Amino acid sequence: MAKFQDQTVRIHPLVVRITHWINAFAILVMIASGWRIYNASPLFGFKFPRDWTLGGWLAGALQWHFAAMWLVAASGLVYLTYGILSGHFRRKLLPVTPTAVGRDLAAALRGKLAHGDLRVYNAAQRAAYLGAIMIGIVMVLSGLVLWKPVQFYTLGLFMGDYEGARYVHFFAMAALALFVIIHVVMAVLVPRTLPTMFTGRVRVPDTARSD
Amino acid sequence: MKRLFGMRESLKGQSRPQIEKIERRLFLRQGLSLGALALLGGCDVTNADSVQKALWAMSRWNDRVQGWIFDPSRLAPEFPESAITMPFPFNAFYGMDEAPSVDAASYKLELGGLVRDKKPWTLPELYGLQPQVSQVTRHICVEGWSAIGKWSGVRFSEFLKRIGADLTAQYVGFKCADKYYTSIDMPTALHPQTLLTFRFADQILPVPFGFPMKLRIPTKLGFKNPKHIVAIFVTNDYPGGYWEDQGYNWFSGS
Repeated sequence: MAKFQDQTVRIHPLVVRITHWINAFAILVMIASGWRIYNASPLFGFKFPRDWTLGGWLAGALQWHFAAMWLVAASGLVYLTYGILSGHFRRKLLPVTPTAVGRDLAAALRGKLAHGDLRVYNAAQRAAYLGAIMIGIVMVLSGLVLWKPVQFYTLGLFMGDYEGARYVHFFAMAALALFVIIHVVMAVLVPRTLPTMFTGRVRVPDTARSD
Repeated sequence: MKRLFGMRESLKGQSRPQIEKIERRLFLRQGLSLGALALLGGCDVTNADSVQKALWAMSRWNDRVQGWIFDPSRLAPEFPESAITMPFPFNAFYGMDEAPSVDAASYKLELGGLVRDKKPWTLPELYGLQPQVSQVTRHICVEGWSAIGKWSGVRFSEFLKRIGADLTAQYVGFKCADKYYTSIDMPTALHPQTLLTFRFADQILPVPFGFPMKLRIPTKLGFKNPKHIVAIFVTNDYPGGYWEDQGYNWFSGS
């Protein structure tokens, strides 16, 4: 048993794993119900197919959206607080330089990006995860302005008031959806990353072990 | 904005809430949508009832949270008259030509519930209320679109005091000539921008926009602003509302 323990290292702390899956569920609910809400008064010349949406009609979608927002808020706050206070963000996501991100993105597009050591994120991953966190924050802030445009009027002034916040919320959703797609595709391409998101542990060769 | 408007125009005569209603029936017949099924994983349609209950409970919780967030002294933004949306969009659960025609001469506003002076009000009496104030504010629809309009009338708080309403009661309810009904919380009823209005765009309220009287609440979504009001009552028993009873959030503050 002790020997087996020696051969694995913990790469994802428990808090990160729990909040990851709560957020994954909550964000899917938010996006699917959000598309239904969008359909009630589209900003652009298209609607989302109703089978891709959640809630059945506008009121149902709003109920889902305003229920799941508490999950997103709670789980997001725990994740952010933990990430900052424990040093998890600093250790895993920093430093990230434009040069390194450009190099790793180019490598990724050529299908040559290495993610051999699951303990270390490459620069493209760091940028993507930091970006997703930023987008999440923009989603929540613009969502607050849409939900309470009078009570959060001052906050709304940073995004063009109520009507501006509708566009900010939409484009942040689009960016987050893009992140989710890329994230899932990458997990499929490197499937041994998936179990680690449940167990938190990864097997490492003796030589690469660091405790 | 232009495009949005075009879309709204194209739906004229078949008003969207009606469409939403039809969609709801479809939804109820079909059970949960594909997306919901996928998300719920192991749960099947028989669990839909408990899911619905949980969602309604969350909506009641959100009513309370909105009550806490609501700042009675925070004013909704007011706009210059140049910002007024023309033409102002019509929205109801029926088509524009089906708006109820209320006879001005025989009209009487009924008062009920926790009110000291329940004498009905005629239209000339209501028009005589002072002081008359105007506001250019933004109407935000639960569907997402918004439009700026000008409404004139008296502060609803003044009217409530005038009729001796119990201002410590929880709710003010409204019944309308088109069978619409809704209700609001007392703090919002007493908000300085909550107006009992008789004029829209400096004219007597046109029929589609609520003749003879509309309660204008710029701190709530559009559907919480009743038109064609024929009765007002003050109560501590949750009165619900036409859309609220079907699933729209009751507080719906902005």
